[in-house]
Amino acid sequence: MDTGLLVTQLLNGLQLGVLLFLLASGLTLVFGIMDFVNLAHGAIYMLGAYIAAKLTLALGSFILAVALALPIVAVIGLILERFVARPLYRREHLDHMLATFGLLLVLDSLAQIVWGPDSVSVPLPLWLRGQVTLTSGIELPAYRVVIVASGLVIAAALYWLVNHTRIGMLIRAGASNRTMVSALGINIDLLFAGVFAVGAVLAGLGGMLIAPITDAAINMGNDIIITAFVVIIVGGVGSMKGAFVAAMLVGLIDTMGRSYLDGLLKLFMPLTAAETAAPALAAMLIYILMAAILALRPQGLFPPKTR
Amino acid sequence: MAKLGRLRAARPGDAAGLIVLALLFVLPLIAWWTGHRFYVDFGTRIVIYALIATSLNLILGYGGLISFGHAAYIGIGAYTVGISAFYGFDSGLLHFPLAIAVSALFALLTGAVCLRTRGVYFIMITMAFAQMAYYLFQSLDEYGGDDGLTIYNRSTLPGLDLDHRPQLFLVAFVSLVIVLYLKYRLVNSRFGMVLQGTKANETRMIALGHNTYAFRLAAYVIAGAVAGYGGALLGDFSSFIAPSMMGWTRSGDLMFMVILGGAGTLFGPVMGTVVILVLEEYLGPFLAWFADLFHVHQAVPNIEHDWQLPFGLLLIAVVIYQRGGLNGLIERFGGRQ
Repeated sequence: MDTGLLVTQLLNGLQLGVLLFLLASGLTLVFGIMDFVNLAHGAIYMLGAYIAAKLTLALGSFILAVALALPIVAVIGLILERFVARPLYRREHLDHMLATFGLLLVLDSLAQIVWGPDSVSVPLPLWLRGQVTLTSGIELPAYRVVIVASGLVIAAALYWLVNHTRIGMLIRAGASNRTMVSALGINIDLLFAGVFAVGAVLAGLGGMLIAPITDAAINMGNDIIITAFVVIIVGGVGSMKGAFVAAMLVGLIDTMGRSYLDGLLKLFMPLTAAETAAPALAAMLIYILMAAILALRPQGLFPPKTR
Repeated sequence: MAKLGRLRAARPGDAAGLIVLALLFVLPLIAWWTGHRFYVDFGTRIVIYALIATSLNLILGYGGLISFGHAAYIGIGAYTVGISAFYGFDSGLLHFPLAIAVSALFALLTGAVCLRTRGVYFIMITMAFAQMAYYLFQSLDEYGGDDGLTIYNRSTLPGLDLDHRPQLFLVAFVSLVIVLYLKYRLVNSRFGMVLQGTKANETRMIALGHNTYAFRLAAYVIAGAVAGYGGALLGDFSSFIAPSMMGWTRSGDLMFMVILGGAGTLFGPVMGTVVILVLEEYLGPFLAWFADLFHVHQAVPNIEHDWQLPFGLLLIAVVIYQRGGLNGLIERFGGRQ
């Protein structure tokens, strides 16, 4: 087996895992605390990508664009929380799904009106375009390494935020007993708005990071959001640790399945049959994983203790 | 039960539903006789989607099972027709039972897993399985993959010619009426009562000795099978099928059809389907006309394709302000008179 290819595919798998984690962590944070399901989360990912893309083209610097785009996405998150999410917190999940589905249509078509139907490519700074050379002569694209590294840093920062700060304590308290937290004099509206904005920023950052690789496109969020759902189902809805483990698992399995499944099937299947079956099976792999895990553990790998 | 049935039929929502159904029958036929073929096709599309929305209503409205993956069955039904036709099997006597059987099987396998879960898990898992079916058909290059598959020969049925538009319309319409009648009978049967009972209070149903899981799974399979039949009709109708017809946003549209019309009502999904497909067809041109009226069309040249913006706002407004859907609205105003 080609080691170079294997390492590259592992990196690609981790990269998908990091993106999925950025989306799933926001979803699971908002769900864990507000019990709110946000289908428009993928649209925020798309908005992040577009805003960063347009700012990069205007300012000439990708880094500066991301730094500016993050607070913009936070403000968008606050607006959406105030006008769409907040009236619905006490409603059923069905209402959340439908309203945020409407929101998704609104945001997608607003993006199309403002930025047009064509995708926007994002130029990277020169120092991010090169390759990183590993010891054995294996070269990896520098930017993909940066994505994976920044994702791991963010995961660590979130872990610290949730487990070792006062805000994190409030978040965990809010997740286990909302009424008690508000009875203790904590401004619950403010806490909810803040958590929603953090979720939006995480999703937006995911979109910004991937934009230089895939371009910013209108429907980019609609595909990945379902995979992010698979991640939080596998990990346990509302669990940050579960979201991280499941994101990496799903990212790696999906990527590896697409690259190595046909080789694997050819070992014990006729060549043509393997070539037909492999892409179909690879496309279904993470859903089969999901079904298998649910059959064994209906609450996911790491269900939160308090729910 | 029979008495309750008679009382229900007299409600204003159902009366409005019957009027809508009658119009759905008459208008396309008038359009055919006056030479407006487009409206025959439009009517057929509405009738087929109304049938699919009605099947979703069985589990969503009466069973409380929020399935966000119902569009998968459209694709499975349509691809059953498409793939059979691809290999030269054109008989509708094969296509339709096969579409129903394959959809029922998919519903049985995925439902057995989905129904182990509750609430938000259930919503997301139905979505995920539908997306799995979507990616499966997308990866099958032999049947067109992402580009889709053209059905060159419509299903053949003895004594009928589905290439003849009014006949296809009539087949779809009669199917819708049969499905509505069967749903009415099913919902008011013992099975339907238990199903509605599991929605209202599952613990009590279990205490009464009912296997709620089995009842839910049966309803889930029935809904999937009917939707698969609708998908097969849709495949015959459009004679072109692609994975995009089963994308998850299409499942969202189906749910909106049910909710907008009124979940858990007999004719609600039919009314919801009419409103949504009419909006989808005419909202864009209307917006363009409106923009012309105020001389701002130049500022938003693509407005015809941006019908999703007001559509999405409507969806948010319906969820926040009008929870009973159209049926609830009609009942409220009709009830006062």
